[in-house]
Amino acid sequence: MSENSFIKIKINNKDLEVDKNLTVMQACEIAGEEIPRFCYHDKLSIAGNCRMCLVEIEKAPKLVSSCTMPLMEGMSIITNSEKVNAGRKGVMEFLLINHPLDCPICDQGGECDLQDQAMYYGFDKSRYSENKRAVDNKNMGPLVNTIMTRCIHCTRCVRFATEVAGVPELGMLGRGENAEITTYLENSITSELSGNVIDLCPVGALTSKPYQFKARPWELKRTDSIDIFDSVGSNIRIDSRAEEILRVTPRTNEDINEEWIPDKVRFNYDGYYQQRIDTPYIKKNQKLEISNWEESLKILISKLKNSKPLALIGELVDVETGYAVKKFMSNFGDNNVECRTDNQFIHESLNSFRFNTPINKIEDADLILLIGANPKIETPIINHKIFKAFNNGSEIFNIGEEILLNYDTKYLGKQLDALNNEKFVKSIKKSKNPLIIVGSAFLNSIRNINTFKSIVSFSQKYKVVTETKNNLNFLNPFSSRVGQLFIGNTSQEYCEPFTKLTNQNFDTVLSFGSEKIVDTTFDNCFKVYFGHHGDEGAMKSDIVLPTPLFTEKNGIFLNIEGRPQEAKKCHNPIGGSKEEWAIIKKMSEELLFEFKPNTFDQLREELFREYPKLFNFNEIIQEDSSLPVAENILFEDCKITYPFENFYMSDIVSKNSVTMAKCVDEIMTKPLLEKSA
Amino acid sequence: MSNHPGLSNTFSSSGEKFEWSKESLKSIKMIISRYPKDRHQSAVMPLLYLAQEQNNNWISIECIEKIAETLNMPKIRVTEVASFYSMYNTRPVGKNLVQICRTSPCWLRGSNKITNTICKETKCDINETSEDNLFTVVEVECLGACSNGPMIQINNDFYEDLDEESTKTILDNIKNNRPNKIGSQKGRRSSENA
Repeated sequence: MSENSFIKIKINNKDLEVDKNLTVMQACEIAGEEIPRFCYHDKLSIAGNCRMCLVEIEKAPKLVSSCTMPLMEGMSIITNSEKVNAGRKGVMEFLLINHPLDCPICDQGGECDLQDQAMYYGFDKSRYSENKRAVDNKNMGPLVNTIMTRCIHCTRCVRFATEVAGVPELGMLGRGENAEITTYLENSITSELSGNVIDLCPVGALTSKPYQFKARPWELKRTDSIDIFDSVGSNIRIDSRAEEILRVTPRTNEDINEEWIPDKVRFNYDGYYQQRIDTPYIKKNQKLEISNWEESLKILISKLKNSKPLALIGELVDVETGYAVKKFMSNFGDNNVECRTDNQFIHESLNSFRFNTPINKIEDADLILLIGANPKIETPIINHKIFKAFNNGSEIFNIGEEILLNYDTKYLGKQLDALNNEKFVKSIKKSKNPLIIVGSAFLNSIRNINTFKSIVSFSQKYKVVTETKNNLNFLNPFSSRVGQLFIGNTSQEYCEPFTKLTNQNFDTVLSFGSEKIVDTTFDNCFKVYFGHHGDEGAMKSDIVLPTPLFTEKNGIFLNIEGRPQEAKKCHNPIGGSKEEWAIIKKMSEELLFEFKPNTFDQLREELFREYPKLFNFNEIIQEDSSLPVAENILFEDCKITYPFENFYMSDIVSKNSVTMAKCVDEIMTKPLLEKSA
Repeated sequence: MSNHPGLSNTFSSSGEKFEWSKESLKSIKMIISRYPKDRHQSAVMPLLYLAQEQNNNWISIECIEKIAETLNMPKIRVTEVASFYSMYNTRPVGKNLVQICRTSPCWLRGSNKITNTICKETKCDINETSEDNLFTVVEVECLGACSNGPMIQINNDFYEDLDEESTKTILDNIKNNRPNKIGSQKGRRSSENA
């Protein structure tokens, strides 16, 4: 920005120099003056319909709504005069005319913009004696509860659905006193980000259905954590009371999720307490029977002596657990730990299994190619960024299945040779900042390393990868994967590691939350399941040991960009579960293996000593190794299977959530995206 | 909320598929050509009017979906426009939509009497449709023929300078399929001095 784009203005008689592209409200914020508002939100377009942000501008005959007013040279703005206060009072009075006085039974009570601002800027009594209007509640699906009488028509939700979620399904019907917010024909909102309208709503019109009448904000303990149900690692705040989690809300992180989180992590918390493994189980006579730690560990240790075990790492496992497992398994000779249970292809460096473009830079791309990736259901936050790029004029191409997304894509074909499509080549040649996303559907089926090399060569040829940037991205939807691969919990094979492992003979399989233990090749093995939720994996195991969920212990997760973040403990573990590292410590002692750390902190210290890059939380791990290139570009035909097709039930926790089951019933039954719904 | 067919936020299905007629398609092409290439959605209002004309004077869900498809825009955006304006009827109306002006000038000149006459003659209340589906009677605000009040509008035609008798004649003529004299019923030309 050049220097002369700054202009001089006055705010409350104080001189200020600000960027001329700002609005009056933004300038006031810079000056530290608080401007009340309802409809303005800095992530949405400006509507200017609540009129709460009125300020006085010298020489303007009337008060001006500051959110819509551009700055001008020499403007003198007054935010605290009698006139402004009277104006705000008037607006407030009109807003409250039709707003019910039901704060004591409203879920928004205590964190309501209208409540707060009525306190600061409002009139202390009502002069209105006529009947208030009443509005019918609208159906918006199983997640968003509506009490439309409370609506003040700020249209934040309408703008969010259209501009951020990319599903133009919400709208305001009628006008004047008859204006009502609704979805088209009262259908459920079909977006994976729909829960965010709850946070956006400045009043109690849109609230959370599962959280209805559960708690007041001042009773809740807040824990900053991260979303582990997809690989983006959105920042969340977990609100709990005593030993129960009551709500999950987003935490702002401009580098990752901005202010949004997917519906899965927001609403699947009821699944945290369903079907939990609360005590050790041992299989006796083909039936799992309740046992205790002493007995189960004794059997396990006797099995492990002189055996050749294999450890599988699941999708929700933190780095510390993986590290402890790795140390433990190294005592058995070959390091048989595998986290790539879906046969994901990787090369040696971090660059070959992570999202190399920072998430907040995706929107700068002017051409995006999806290869076997369905970001809409795998990683909704990344999908939102692609939608942003689309709105900035980016072209989106797709190879793989013809998937439904909330923006227009150009379908090239099912197999990689579609890269030679003339139109596409023409577009990518013209493009200044192209970006490629290779998804699990392709990565999991690559059998020939030359295919991978060819993708790299192709990327270099068309400037996707240059010396200064790397826009060749690898997307997998699981939160544990990048972290486990980073600490090397995988075999040396590039392709099909899991299939190759199953061909070897193991006598014991230890599964740390991996459901792949049910694979038929393990039928003759002694199976041990360490996990928190009882599903098929636990059912088919010989010993089941309870471990805490991510909300019951601290743990590091590397998100898809390779950014270490910490999930923090919000309450004590349920039942008799023990942290994985502690179980491993115990087993090591019995087996006379070396396992030094005595506490979790010591384990972390050791982990940081070995992998110092993990120490810088919230910073992307830098790595500048180059990927292998092909001598001649040749693509094999791959079998494309997307990792999951049901956004609401992709993992063991969501599968046990009643709210998620309702979503499947009410939202998935119709096609997830009807064009121009 | 009033029961006026044009002032409702709820839409209903006609139960039949809605397709543009040949004439409509011709007009659509003409209408769309008035707008810049990437601004076709601006044609939503004339298209709603066309659909209403073709669909027995009301907008069904099927009409909305057809318009959304034609202009490649979200259905909710079409619904918003259709619900905003009172002249798009959101539920079926009779063959003749009788709009009685009730704003002050007409009211001073006796629009109440006209309303009573019409209700009696058509055997239906305000905002209702007669049993034979011949009339729907609604009260509206100023239709802009104040100097010739009291006045009513039936479908696209104005009937001005009414009294109880002339109103009855007009309705009788409609019932018996006879032509009506449009405009002033007192023989005034336009709004010349009476």
